Amino acid sequence: MDSEFRELYQEIIMDHNRKPRNFRKMEDATHRLDGMNPLCGDQYTIYLKVKDDIIEDVSFEGSGCAISKASASVMTNVLKGKTVQEAEKYFNFFHKMVTGEIDHPEEYLDTMGKLVAFAGVAEFPVRVKCATLPWHTMHNSLHGSQDKVTTEENN
Amino acid sequence: MMSVASMNVSKKTIEFDARKYREDFPILKETVHGLPLVYLDNAATTQKPRQVIDALTSYYEHDNANVHRAIHQLGERATAGYEGARKRVARFIGAKSEKQIIFTRGTTEAINLVASAWGRKFVEAGDEIILSEMEHHSNLIPWQLLAKDVGARLRFIPFDENGTLDFNVFEQILSSKTKLIAITHMSNVFGTINPIKRIIRMAHDRGVPVLLDGAQSVPHLPVDVEHLDCDFMAFSAHKMLGPTGIGVLYGKMQQLENMNPYQGGGEMINSVWLDSATWAEIPHKFEAGTPNIAGAFGFAAAIDYLEQVGMENITLYEQELTSYAIEKMLEIPGMTIYGSAPERGGAVSFNLGDIHPHDLSHFLDQQGVAVRAGHHCAQTIMRKLNIAATTRASFYFYNTFEEIDYFIDQLIKASEFFGL
Ligand SMILES: Cc1ncc(COP(=O)(O)O)c(C=O)c1O
Repeated sequence: MDSEFRELYQEIIMDHNRKPRNFRKMEDATHRLDGMNPLCGDQYTIYLKVKDDIIEDVSFEGSGCAISKASASVMTNVLKGKTVQEAEKYFNFFHKMVTGEIDHPEEYLDTMGKLVAFAGVAEFPVRVKCATLPWHTMHNSLHGSQDKVTTEENN
Repeated sequence: MMSVASMNVSKKTIEFDARKYREDFPILKETVHGLPLVYLDNAATTQKPRQVIDALTSYYEHDNANVHRAIHQLGERATAGYEGARKRVARFIGAKSEKQIIFTRGTTEAINLVASAWGRKFVEAGDEIILSEMEHHSNLIPWQLLAKDVGARLRFIPFDENGTLDFNVFEQILSSKTKLIAITHMSNVFGTINPIKRIIRMAHDRGVPVLLDGAQSVPHLPVDVEHLDCDFMAFSAHKMLGPTGIGVLYGKMQQLENMNPYQGGGEMINSVWLDSATWAEIPHKFEAGTPNIAGAFGFAAAIDYLEQVGMENITLYEQELTSYAIEKMLEIPGMTIYGSAPERGGAVSFNLGDIHPHDLSHFLDQQGVAVRAGHHCAQTIMRKLNIAATTRASFYFYNTFEEIDYFIDQLIKASEFFGL
């Protein structure tokens, strides 16, 4: 087995895939958006509750591969309690990291925490869409988009 | 949930030397991630033998010119090769005349050609077209577009939990409104070989023509259009050892003669004035523009190769290989196989526990095994099965029993890896 593959599917991702956090519908969400990958059928709904520029709550529902589900789960954990501006920062970092634009992602462990678990995605171009789908959906939703996100337009 | 009726297949009971044929396929010696390639994505496209690759190269090195236009030597060679390929295809599928062979880009374009040139002439508001619920998008969307434009209605033959067609419903929906039946010969998801002769007989009893999607059947079964009595049949060279970008529409002469032109341009005309034109003879009437000449040379070489192996041998060998694979797969805990028709070919769709097909196929790729994950251009099937996707392994005659054993071992490893 390729060690990079093993690293990709490491503990954090397997754990969040099996036990996704914040995996629920949110009745009082201020933002809600669907995202899908029509090629493999991954489909998620991201919910956000934003008040005074603070993301008070964030959750998701849906189904898909381990990478996309774990990515959504970790994202919700990271964003809870953050400002919209901070969310922007995480989004940009995550996107850069999984597309291989960050040279030493492990150096960002302090600031980016579990997001760094997805650094291995950069080795597998076909999986980038899986990892970024929840993030793009969250991002578009925060920016007021009502249009369903699909990976075939984002990438 | 479906399971395959228990089949007691022992390893290899017929004489067929897949290893010998493998020698002709340069790509089968490739390694991926440092491991030998095990190519099990043949329903998507097949690999090409040296003979086909050589035919393409040789065409460009020795014969390249446009067809039907030049008096010079190369033009004659290119035309002879291109038209020779048409004869070759006609003989291969048992067509009476090579005029019944129209070269297209592939199955998809062949079906669109009928939807456009036949459909727009003969299908009117209130008419019905019968499809099955197991069609590839390429035998669904062209009919949706046509139906929407002319106000016709699509009706569907459903499939049951074994992935076989429901003839009771078919009998009910077949009516005086039915203008055409367009149906797949072999399912690219379930592997089901549909009882096409029966469907065609029932249709013809009511005077309804039938279009066969032969994309999966022609590469794997002996197919004789005269024997089947289909009105149209579409298939692609790239799924039967040939190059991409070329395929065939076969049609009964009478149907072809009645059809409108498809695209307009060079090759398809006879006389042209500024405000009108007359059409070339069939089949050229339907082949506007410079065709895929090299593709035709390669296609002819592919058919030569298949005939030398023998279509009956291919079918028998693949059936043994497929039965063996299914038997071994079902021994793995958590395995679900979609489709268990008694008559089936070598496309096997499955899910292993709750491992997402995307994760599973990525795992298998790391082990050198190429399979397909997704909806296989059949989102409607996935929706009916209430799943997002499946993994699909699909075989060809150059696959070996040893490759199946390796594939099974990797599935077991995946179970362990993903903690099933
Ligand atoms: C049953 C079936 N029909 C049609 C097609 C479309 O063939 P092509 O993409 O070569 O036009 C395929 C191949 O994917 C198929 O499996």
